[in-house]
Amino acid sequence: MPQSYLSIEGIRKSFGSFTALEPIHIEIPRNEFVCLLGPSGCGKTTLLRMIAGLETPDIGRMLVEGRDITSLPSAKRNVGFMFQSYALFPNLTVAQNVAYGLREKKMSKPQIQSKVEEVLNMVDLLSSAKKYPAQLSGGQQQRVALARAIALSPDFLLLDEPLSALDAKVREKLRLEIRRLHEQLGMTTIMVTHDQEEALTMADTVVVMNNAKVIQSGMPEDIYERPNSRFVADFIGAVNFLEASDGREALAIRPEHVRISPIHEPGSYEARIESLEFRGSFYRVTMLVQGPSSRYFPNGIMADVNRSIVKQYQLEKNRRVYVQLPEEHLIHFGPTRPERLEVVG
Amino acid sequence: MRPAKWHTALTLKRRNGSLFERLAMLLLLAGLSVMILLPLFSLFSKAVTNKQGEYNGLDNFIDYFSTPALLNSLQHTVYVSLLTAVLSVFLGFLFAYALTRTNIPGKMFFKTVSLLMLFAPTMMVGIGLTYLFGNQGLITTGFFDALPLHWDIGLYGPTGIVIAEVLYTFPQACLILVVSLSFSDFNLYEAAKTMGAGKGRIFLTVTIPSVKYGLISSFFVCFTLAFTDFGAPQVVGGGYNVLATEIYKQVIGQQNMGMGATVGIILTLPAILAFIVDRFVTSRQHAVSARAVPYRITANRKRDGVFLSLCLIMAGMILLLIGTVFAASVIKIWPYNLAFSLKHYDFSKVAGGSLQPFWTSLRMSAWTALIGTVVTFVGAYLIEKTKTFPVLRQAGYFLSILPLALPGIVLGLSYIFFFNKESNPMHGIYGTIWILVLANIAHFYSVAFVTATSALKKLDREIETASDSLGVPRYKTLLRVTIPLCLPAVLEMAMYFFINSMVTVSAVMFLYAADLKLASVSIVNMEDAGDIAPAAAMSALIVLTNIGIRLLYEAITHQIKKRTHAWQTREH
Ligand SMILES: Nc1ncnc2c1ncn2[C@@H]1O[C@H](COP(=O)(O)OP(=O)(O)O)[C@@H](O)[C@H]1O
Ligand SMILES: [Mg+2]
Repeated sequence: MPQSYLSIEGIRKSFGSFTALEPIHIEIPRNEFVCLLGPSGCGKTTLLRMIAGLETPDIGRMLVEGRDITSLPSAKRNVGFMFQSYALFPNLTVAQNVAYGLREKKMSKPQIQSKVEEVLNMVDLLSSAKKYPAQLSGGQQQRVALARAIALSPDFLLLDEPLSALDAKVREKLRLEIRRLHEQLGMTTIMVTHDQEEALTMADTVVVMNNAKVIQSGMPEDIYERPNSRFVADFIGAVNFLEASDGREALAIRPEHVRISPIHEPGSYEARIESLEFRGSFYRVTMLVQGPSSRYFPNGIMADVNRSIVKQYQLEKNRRVYVQLPEEHLIHFGPTRPERLEVVG
Repeated sequence: MRPAKWHTALTLKRRNGSLFERLAMLLLLAGLSVMILLPLFSLFSKAVTNKQGEYNGLDNFIDYFSTPALLNSLQHTVYVSLLTAVLSVFLGFLFAYALTRTNIPGKMFFKTVSLLMLFAPTMMVGIGLTYLFGNQGLITTGFFDALPLHWDIGLYGPTGIVIAEVLYTFPQACLILVVSLSFSDFNLYEAAKTMGAGKGRIFLTVTIPSVKYGLISSFFVCFTLAFTDFGAPQVVGGGYNVLATEIYKQVIGQQNMGMGATVGIILTLPAILAFIVDRFVTSRQHAVSARAVPYRITANRKRDGVFLSLCLIMAGMILLLIGTVFAASVIKIWPYNLAFSLKHYDFSKVAGGSLQPFWTSLRMSAWTALIGTVVTFVGAYLIEKTKTFPVLRQAGYFLSILPLALPGIVLGLSYIFFFNKESNPMHGIYGTIWILVLANIAHFYSVAFVTATSALKKLDREIETASDSLGVPRYKTLLRVTIPLCLPAVLEMAMYFFINSMVTVSAVMFLYAADLKLASVSIVNMEDAGDIAPAAAMSALIVLTNIGIRLLYEAITHQIKKRTHAWQTREH
């Protein structure tokens, strides 16, 4: 376990009688790329804003390398914050926006100038320096906001859903760009997103949140392969749940691990194909389990199946097939409890 | 863990904004209290004292309601105000409908003409009517006997008051209804059509419901304006007593302050009602859904013809009225010698005395515009954009919109009672131009405040936090980003303060000192003394000044739009 750089110790926040964040504990190592992932309204932005010093926690504290920064104002925290709305100043040019914070530092005009150029160069916008935000496309505005956030060479880069307003193509490109900047500048980056694919592809560490709480944190592979709860399993990727009888362990399995065969094998369940959904490189096959075992799969079962296999077995609607759930891919959650996590407020 | 107490103190400090912001907020509240709350309190305490200044409970009110002459003025006021409101809303609706739902030519022209009335003091409407329908009026005498047709409408009294008030309030109704009619969803019309509804049914089931709140709100605005107006009844009221002229008589004529205050409170009741209705209506007025389709005007010659004639008649009335006043101001002796002359613009021989009142009005309006705009904008900014204690912000908001419910006359009275007290440390401003400026700022505060607030609401909510995260002090961002973005609204506020300060008479007529007479007040005095032509001349000066200011505003706004074209948000 690498040494913690930012420690969040029992931070809690409420707005009036509404609790936006239950006491939160997170440790973040230096130079990590962390994604805060969770459904809308679960408190991600609130947490990010508290790290930035834009909101004050009710209780708890935040340490950077052991130094208490809980009551440090935003300006003194050396963070770059990128707002969900970008919050570019519409009456200032791209260059003026980027220089906005630099002008507060003891820097000469030429120094500011060269810093602005350097940063705009990084996001490939030098040629738009004299334009106003409204004259740029959404993706370009996003990069201006990014440039403004990194202009002050922050220790922390905080990004609030930086890609959510963009279309798919631009989004993909900017993912790589943000990741590249993170590595190039050696910052600690914390990014908020509600897009699980974004989190899995970009992050070193994913922190999954729901209902004002952290549910699980870890490397993307761990979170995906070993979710600690139904909520995480369901929120990240597709999943089949096996209904356990009372007190027994709850289980789940990812559709890509479900195996289909046209003939019966030991330990396989008989099922009938309900639908086949074309997904490009594979088909998602939805089946209803037949016989007494069907009570374990009240919602049916999904399997992601290669196109070649679909051809080979001639899978089609109403075909009878046999389903296998390999032991090594079963996800264990421990005994089922009353589902606190899924109560969506 | 640190001790919890230590944290709480820090938390409290930062959550409620910087020390500077909180001080500014407290200062604002103190200012608003001095400007509005404390004077009102004086008015209420005056209403329960007798002539000798002793407490007499509700005696004044009992007195009021048992004196037939006084009670009469209440009945009169309700009668003319109701009639005015009905007529104004009706005409305003037709006019607004013509501007938004028909294809008549010259919409710009009609809009401009309807707004002209906002540049004139209400006395001017009365003066114009006198020249048209008075004893020596153009129409009463059939163009000085040139025509065989003589038509005496019996101007002086309720007829004159209602005509004057309709002309004065109709632009306000029109403004409100144009806005209501512009926000509509064409989908609803098409849906109604596909279900086979006829024109009349569509009008009743789609159009009217969609402007329901506009109709209610314009009715109350017109009613309140007519209820509290002093200028028009003063000029064309004849012996027909209304509340506003009654207060004037009680206070200036009989020096009966207690009764003046009592009538003042009665005068405020419909305004308070209107205020409550307006709050209610504003909260109910749902935004049109994002998928709404703007109204598409269908071709219909007959409809356009009818509405065009209607607009021409109304615009003609307004232009005739203003034109008559201008003409009368440059005619030697109406109606005997119609030669051109500028002698009425030499005010040295009449009740007003000189051109001095005009300059005083200019000076006062300029100060009001300058100080009023700064104070109102900062006030709106503090309330809208800072994180100071929510209770303080709410109190600030309430005090900021409270003046909407205060008729000018009541504000003026409250100011005498409050600032004329020897014990008041601010007694010094009594009799100076500053009490006039203060009264005007208070009088027109709410509308300017709403303008500033809605401009601020349109800005990105994160501008201040972005500034924090970039380590830039908020006041710098206010100066460098927020104010430049709100410049059009700031100019609109300044123009609003200026124009209204030029035309108002109700708030200031109790407050001016002998050497600080105002243009609008001098119109009342000259008219009272029978110097009608000079009164017309002074009215003309005010209107011309206001048109000038409006043109200046348009020119500057145009320049700003051109310069800031690049940062106006565009659709992508
Ligand atoms: N300033 C605020 N006042 C009141 N409620 C707030 C405020 N900011 C956030 N909330 C509430 O806190 C909850 C969490 O908000 P947020 O952190 O923005 O969620 P997320 O970013 O995960 O979508 C939401 O229910 C939101 O309505
Ligand atoms: Mg958010």
